[in-house]
Amino acid sequence: MFPTATETSFQEKVDQDLNIEPKDHMPENYRLHLIRQISQHAHSEVIGMQPEGNWITRAPSLRAKQILLAKIQDEGGHGLYLYSAAETLGISREEMIEQLHSGKAKYSNIFNYPSLTWADIGAIGWLVDGAAIVNQVSLQRTSYGPYARAMVRICKEESFHQRQGYEIMAKMMKGIPAQREMAQDAMNRWWWPALMMFGPHDSDSPHSGNAFKWKIKRKSNDELRQRFIDKTVPQAELIGLAIPDKDLKWNEAKQGYDHGEINWAEFKQVISGNGPCNKQRMAHHVKYHEEGAWVREAGAAYSKQIQENK
Amino acid sequence: MANDTQLDLWEVFIQSRAGNHHIHAGSVHASDRQMALQNARDIYTRRNEGSSIWVVPAKYVTASNPDDADMFFDPANDKIYRHPTFYVMPEGAKQI
Ligand SMILES: [Fe+2]
Ligand SMILES: [Fe+2]
Repeated sequence: MFPTATETSFQEKVDQDLNIEPKDHMPENYRLHLIRQISQHAHSEVIGMQPEGNWITRAPSLRAKQILLAKIQDEGGHGLYLYSAAETLGISREEMIEQLHSGKAKYSNIFNYPSLTWADIGAIGWLVDGAAIVNQVSLQRTSYGPYARAMVRICKEESFHQRQGYEIMAKMMKGIPAQREMAQDAMNRWWWPALMMFGPHDSDSPHSGNAFKWKIKRKSNDELRQRFIDKTVPQAELIGLAIPDKDLKWNEAKQGYDHGEINWAEFKQVISGNGPCNKQRMAHHVKYHEEGAWVREAGAAYSKQIQENK
Repeated sequence: MANDTQLDLWEVFIQSRAGNHHIHAGSVHASDRQMALQNARDIYTRRNEGSSIWVVPAKYVTASNPDDADMFFDPANDKIYRHPTFYVMPEGAKQI
């Protein structure tokens, strides 16, 4: 099949690194790919507030509590930037939430793991936000303008998230043996799921062709994962945390670390709904969405009233 | 389920500090102008990004059509005499 004239001008723009804007012509599959990706990204920001919200009332100090609240509020903001970006592609907020609730839209698998101890708050900020940042930095140059702009904003805010997490881990590693054990335990539980955040190996992701051609994706899953590992391992070593991977070793030739086999069977289990917290996360979102309906209805009623009284 | 309204869409413009232009920052959902302003403040200025915010209902924004861009902006293309570099200044002229 030959590309049509509008497809050519679309691809020309992409090839010249010009951003695609909402009213520009775009192939239908580009639009659908973006809706799927951006809404999944937005849902992840919002669902990701839950494992951290679990520790607000039990934060160990007022300082820690303020920081955690501010961090979680940022994540809510990230969700909103991204929902707005997706809306410019012609999907409504209502539809996106409905797709989340029906299971049609996904969110990042990582949030289906529980936050069991305070050290998990450290591990989430440092590893989960750390992995997200690596991905988001590369998305700042994604081809769709509203998505790229949302990413620039998000990246500016994320570095505090990762630093506050690493600070928690560093503090605990300087503490009593029980604290150090707790930190290592969190490390052991979050390391592998964090590596899985980058998705399947390049050799196993058959759908990435268009994503690269359209410059939605700029770096491959394995490239991003490698970048994350290479910057995180020395950070772990600095504070005395062990990486729970006996096969991890420095590869002089590639100037990067080789890592052990990722347990993709577990990944598939969790993504298909059998993770430790899938049901809880969704039930929570549905509950508060429904309980908040009266606020939205009151807002709509008020808006109607002031328009009629004009 | 009840009508799941997500309220109206508003565009947000932020002036980073007095003297600068208001620049489009993104959008919010809100039922009225006060809610739109408060949401915009909470979403787009959590780190002192702004000293002033404008919110405009998205339905009142009229945008040019990218398909017509060539034609639409054409009148500016052939008027290079609008640029100072068009003019030939005598050798040695200063501060002009
Ligand atoms: Fe975020
Ligand atoms: Fe974050």
